[in-house]
Amino acid sequence: MRTLKAKMLASLALWVAWMLLTAPWSNQEAIAGAVVALLVAFLPLFPASPLGDLRLTPKAIAYGFAYVFVFIKALVLSNFDVAFRVLHPKLPIDPGIVRVTTKLKTPLGRLLLANSITLTPGTITVEMRGEDIYVHWIKVAATDPESATAAIVGNFEKYLEVICG
Amino acid sequence: MMAIIGAFTSLVGALFFLLSGIGLIRMPDAFNRMQAGTKATTLGSILFLIGIGLQEPDYLGRTIILVVFIVLTNPVSSNALARAAHGYRKHIGAKMVPDALAEANEKTADAAAKDGSGKEAAHVD
Repeated sequence: MRTLKAKMLASLALWVAWMLLTAPWSNQEAIAGAVVALLVAFLPLFPASPLGDLRLTPKAIAYGFAYVFVFIKALVLSNFDVAFRVLHPKLPIDPGIVRVTTKLKTPLGRLLLANSITLTPGTITVEMRGEDIYVHWIKVAATDPESATAAIVGNFEKYLEVICG
Repeated sequence: MMAIIGAFTSLVGALFFLLSGIGLIRMPDAFNRMQAGTKATTLGSILFLIGIGLQEPDYLGRTIILVVFIVLTNPVSSNALARAAHGYRKHIGAKMVPDALAEANEKTADAAAKDGSGKEAAHVD
């Protein structure tokens, strides 16, 4: 069941990519693309299994859309923050590596969390060991794991927990 | 009208590229250069590609695919670079005030040394 869900999601993603690539749409291309996407996703070695961690309840889908906006907001705000630090004459940086912990269990959830941390400027994921994530922070505001977790991860984790536990 | 909005979006994206270029020159070590360089390009390239898509609506689907691929692959390569740079942190003169990862590495090295003390000396560099 879980594999079937993963394969269907993978073929949907392939089909959406195909449709975006063939921009002026026609029915023939859509149908042929759907057939080929299904065939490719059901190939024995196609690596679709991490997608099975996604939940497809209405609440999870709503949180997924909300997550996109939360992520874009964090991306824009932190881009301006780093731009300010770059242009400031005194270069106000105070870099360090802090340890944060995550409550997420599934590989896909942890992947999305680590990538979200890296994509928001000011923080880079350096290493993941189990539930510990080591994050390079351009301006260390808190060194103890609890408050660092609240500052870096808390915003994303709330949504990712619902989307893919 | 759309062409003007698209051109303006592209311009803002190009400004972020300029900022990341300045950051690459001003920042002191590899990690901070990565913060300024590889990251400002995420918003910069997203805005630039969306701007091109708005100017030429036929290309919008293709530029959205490019944005998705950049968002998926950029953090993975940054993570690999950061891990490699952390291995060489003494040689590149990177200053990090709390370095939780180095502490964790020392802890595991000590534990390995204690476990292996009866049998043979553990390899610690």
